[in-house]
Amino acid sequence: MGADRDREGQLPVGQGREACAGTGRRIGVFICHCGSNIAGSVDVRRAAETVRGLRGVACATDYGYMCSDPGQALIRQSIAEQGLDGIVVAACSPSMHEATFRRAAEAAGLNPYRVEIANIREQCSWVHQEDREKATQKAIALIASLVEKVRGDDPLEPLGTPVTRRLLVIGGGIAGMTVALEVADAGYEVILVERGAELGGRLRQIRETYAALTPLAAPLQTLIERVREHPRIRVLLGSEVESASGYVGSFTVTVRPAAGANAPGGYRSEADPAGGTQHEVGAIVVATGYELIPLSRLGEYGGGRVADVVDALEFERLLAQEVPRRPSDGRVPRRVAFVQCAGSRDPEHGVPYCSKVCCLYTAKQALLYRQRVPDGEAVVFVIDVRTGGRRYEEFVQRAMEEGHVLYLRGKVAKVFRQGDQVIVWGVDTLAGRNVEVAADLVVLAAAVVPSAGAAELGRRLRATTDELGFFREAHPKLRPVESLTAGIFLAGAAQAPKDIAETVSQAEAAAAKVLGLFSRPELVQEPTVATVLQELCAGCGLCVSACPYEARSLNARLRVAEVNAALCQGCGACVVACPNKACVVRNWRPEQTLAMVGAVLGEVQ
Amino acid sequence: MAEAFEPRIVAFLCNWCTYAGADLAGTARLQYPPNVRIIRLMCSGALDPAYVLKALLEGADGVFIGGCHPGDCHYQNGNYKARRRVALLKKILEQTGFDPDRVWLRWISASEGRLFAQTMTEMVAAIRAKGPSPLRGRWGT
Repeated sequence: MGADRDREGQLPVGQGREACAGTGRRIGVFICHCGSNIAGSVDVRRAAETVRGLRGVACATDYGYMCSDPGQALIRQSIAEQGLDGIVVAACSPSMHEATFRRAAEAAGLNPYRVEIANIREQCSWVHQEDREKATQKAIALIASLVEKVRGDDPLEPLGTPVTRRLLVIGGGIAGMTVALEVADAGYEVILVERGAELGGRLRQIRETYAALTPLAAPLQTLIERVREHPRIRVLLGSEVESASGYVGSFTVTVRPAAGANAPGGYRSEADPAGGTQHEVGAIVVATGYELIPLSRLGEYGGGRVADVVDALEFERLLAQEVPRRPSDGRVPRRVAFVQCAGSRDPEHGVPYCSKVCCLYTAKQALLYRQRVPDGEAVVFVIDVRTGGRRYEEFVQRAMEEGHVLYLRGKVAKVFRQGDQVIVWGVDTLAGRNVEVAADLVVLAAAVVPSAGAAELGRRLRATTDELGFFREAHPKLRPVESLTAGIFLAGAAQAPKDIAETVSQAEAAAAKVLGLFSRPELVQEPTVATVLQELCAGCGLCVSACPYEARSLNARLRVAEVNAALCQGCGACVVACPNKACVVRNWRPEQTLAMVGAVLGEVQ
Repeated sequence: MAEAFEPRIVAFLCNWCTYAGADLAGTARLQYPPNVRIIRLMCSGALDPAYVLKALLEGADGVFIGGCHPGDCHYQNGNYKARRRVALLKKILEQTGFDPDRVWLRWISASEGRLFAQTMTEMVAAIRAKGPSPLRGRWGT
């Protein structure tokens, strides 16, 4: 480091202004030692000396830590003193410090889009620690290729697009209503689209929460009324999204009457029946919830074939009576068997995942049943009991101890009718024997699956769903409420099975993301997007079909392709599709890449 | 005296998956041969087959293309476009008498640093076994 200190302040000047004159560019190269992280296996001084001879390079220098304050000062000073019009920083991965060096360059008056990073740490010095000579050669080649890229970089300005401060929420359950209220209370207009006849969603079918056994009807009714009466929320019942276009900050969504609405004797749709209504919104929240796997798909458990085999939501309804009565003959069931994981955790049923809420609601239903029918018997078949959550394990223990609910660990093989009873064949893996339970009623904890039409809605919104139909988040850990499409957010079980508390949390998080978006004066977008060289464009339209974002269209009058820069994500698919090379992505032009190929293979010594 | 043959490989990596996977290999200090020169693309779907041809004509002994796993493309479907384009390119290379196995397309995610290092090691060994590209030194004829 002593040698470095001597070199501070005095810049090793390359070929000087004269030598670069013919190339039209004055590029500076700054090579970072990163302590010994880079300098330990790359001869940084030799690299600097070598690249100083490259075409267009005005100066090249190395320094201990480029990202440090003195390192950035060195860059700023060189830009000013040498009149640099582009720089290459050879350092760590661009994912680490590209933004840092772009800011430093901008502070010195250099356009930040003329800053490139040569990744000589993660992709060179760290992976070739055994061979200093070859690592140095590789570092030089990588720097040379980025010099070529900078040579082709144009100065660019970030694109600003306005934000329409209005939200569209799809789904009028607890998730959708929570988002709508949060955003409307903050002062923005909300359109809430619900395809059913009423607000409230699945919560209407649930009498009390699990664990705390809090009644839901009254708070739900209050919530619905608040939504209904809110001056900034417009509720469209019996309506669904027909199509959506646009981009973050500026979506156009067409809403039409839902299938099933406006039928004779049915409920009325609040969407405009004539062709659908268009709504301009800046953000969309998907809160389409879940449904249970149809009983008919659980034939081995008697689903759809035995009247006294019901799913949990139906049992919830039976429990709402003073005493539950079974569907077939209205008798009060004296023994109820609960079958958990009915479909869940079973790839054969197409549901490889855990439905998450069943363990707790089964304990709740068994406990409530025992309270309503004190001489009744409750038997629960489980693979195992999953009770992650505050006071959840205690609640299941309460069902076992206070409710005398019998838990049998083992899968159920078959459920069938015999006389007026329903027989459950299962196995008790703890006792190691087969069990047969003659029950009056069987309750299946049927798997939680996405609402019907979720995948189709995903296609209309261009927000991806996974192979099961759940909406995909942008990052499973770090961006859990954003979809993969900017401006579209997720709340509730549309993303994955969730209980009420988790759903409300995510809905409030989604509302916070929406409010964050609406608080910005305008959206700033990377300018490295596609553009069309109109004099080369033949109007063939291949780029229009190659674009995954519908960012391209043909101008019918000029017969050339056009780009909607706000929609373009800069992927470059159109560039390859274009037979005339009329498509380019700014600062990712094909001639830049071709020059980089030449540079990495060139003999730079 | 002829020097020992050192393969020269150009790697085109998609920004979101394989480039990040290569970064992870670095963070984990997973060593692989220094014969690979990485060029970053935003998406494997932005790979123009001309880039591969240019690399081969400039004397590369092998070309590697890395993208996101099927279904994971950051741009929805760029990797499928890459797969079709590379399949076609390899067919054309074969018809010209050029060994298509000098061009590799692999899916390596941002979390697969180990797979990236292994794949690079494997490819350098495979190209070393094939020997220098017949196009080396022929450019300009």
